[in-house]
Amino acid sequence: MLCILLGVLALHLLVFILLIVSTASSQWSLEKEGHTDLWYNCHSDQNGYHCLQASTGDWIQAVQALMILAVVFCFVSLLAFAYQLFRLFKGGRFYFTSIFQILASVFVMCAAIIYTVMRPKSERDYGYSYVLAWVAFPLSLISGLIYLILRKKD
Amino acid sequence: MLRVLALASVVLLGIAPQASQAITVYTSWERHALVGSDVRLSCSFFSWRFVSEDVSFTWRYRPDGSRDSISIAHYAGGEAYTDNKGAFKDRVEFVGNPKRRDGSILIKNLDFSDNGTFTCDAKNPPDIVGRPSSVRLLVFETFLVPIQAGVITGAIIGVVLGLLVLIVVIYYLMRFLVARRVFSLNVSKHGKKKKEGSQQRQIKV
Repeated sequence: MLCILLGVLALHLLVFILLIVSTASSQWSLEKEGHTDLWYNCHSDQNGYHCLQASTGDWIQAVQALMILAVVFCFVSLLAFAYQLFRLFKGGRFYFTSIFQILASVFVMCAAIIYTVMRPKSERDYGYSYVLAWVAFPLSLISGLIYLILRKKD
Repeated sequence: MLRVLALASVVLLGIAPQASQAITVYTSWERHALVGSDVRLSCSFFSWRFVSEDVSFTWRYRPDGSRDSISIAHYAGGEAYTDNKGAFKDRVEFVGNPKRRDGSILIKNLDFSDNGTFTCDAKNPPDIVGRPSSVRLLVFETFLVPIQAGVITGAIIGVVLGLLVLIVVIYYLMRFLVARRVFSLNVSKHGKKKKEGSQQRQIKV
């Protein structure tokens, strides 16, 4: 029982860290001399290293909002897990935790899809933040589903 | 003592008519207008004295980013003078009523180059000590201002979190209300049982 608990908690923390790194670092796309999105558009040329505001447009703000919401919901789910661990009756399921975690995964999925579709075609490659977002989506979904089928004993 | 007071009052009365008091000039803070439209910039003043014959209004214009200002309209001695050489040639008209302390001007056919600060200076002799008041003019192409960065982000986050809080509150409220209803039902049932019990006892007895 303890092993399962620790494993589930470790997975949840991993998802949380992935979401934070993906949201905070500004490396969703790589350009020829720099990186851009989600927040900054940094590139280096003969004058040095400059950082500007990220791509303009309303869609980038939607991606920002969805990523932040995913982080918030993952954190709330962590709190709900801690609360339900000590307060849930015997045999109960972690509904709250699972709902918030699944919502967080849905938000990450939406953010990643919107970014993929709306990205300007001129940019060259995807950065590691983008990859982390796509990795965080199935992990958080699995984590949420595990909470759904997990039952509290003792 | 009385003599000193009398002397002081005479001296003050003697000085007062020549002393100038403060004049306060009022304009709007900021005006927004569309390209090609007309805008009326209002200027008014407060003074303790009546409006004199020598009341004067002066309007100056300072473009955004410049440190110099030029005069574009002047009213003095009952006559209004407007710009007939500069950027506001034939576009400025004095539409105020100085007798009513109104020194407004009308600027026609606005252009983007008219963005800047317009300063009104009013003088009502002998009240000449006052600070001129400025109004900022902003000329837009349309009144649909593009949304600033971060507004949409904040709006989405705020709406979703607000919905979450609302759902949680409604859930707990429903639980609380249902619990109260159940509680009141129990009380009425308990009351009925008591009455029946006491009736039976009476019959037996």
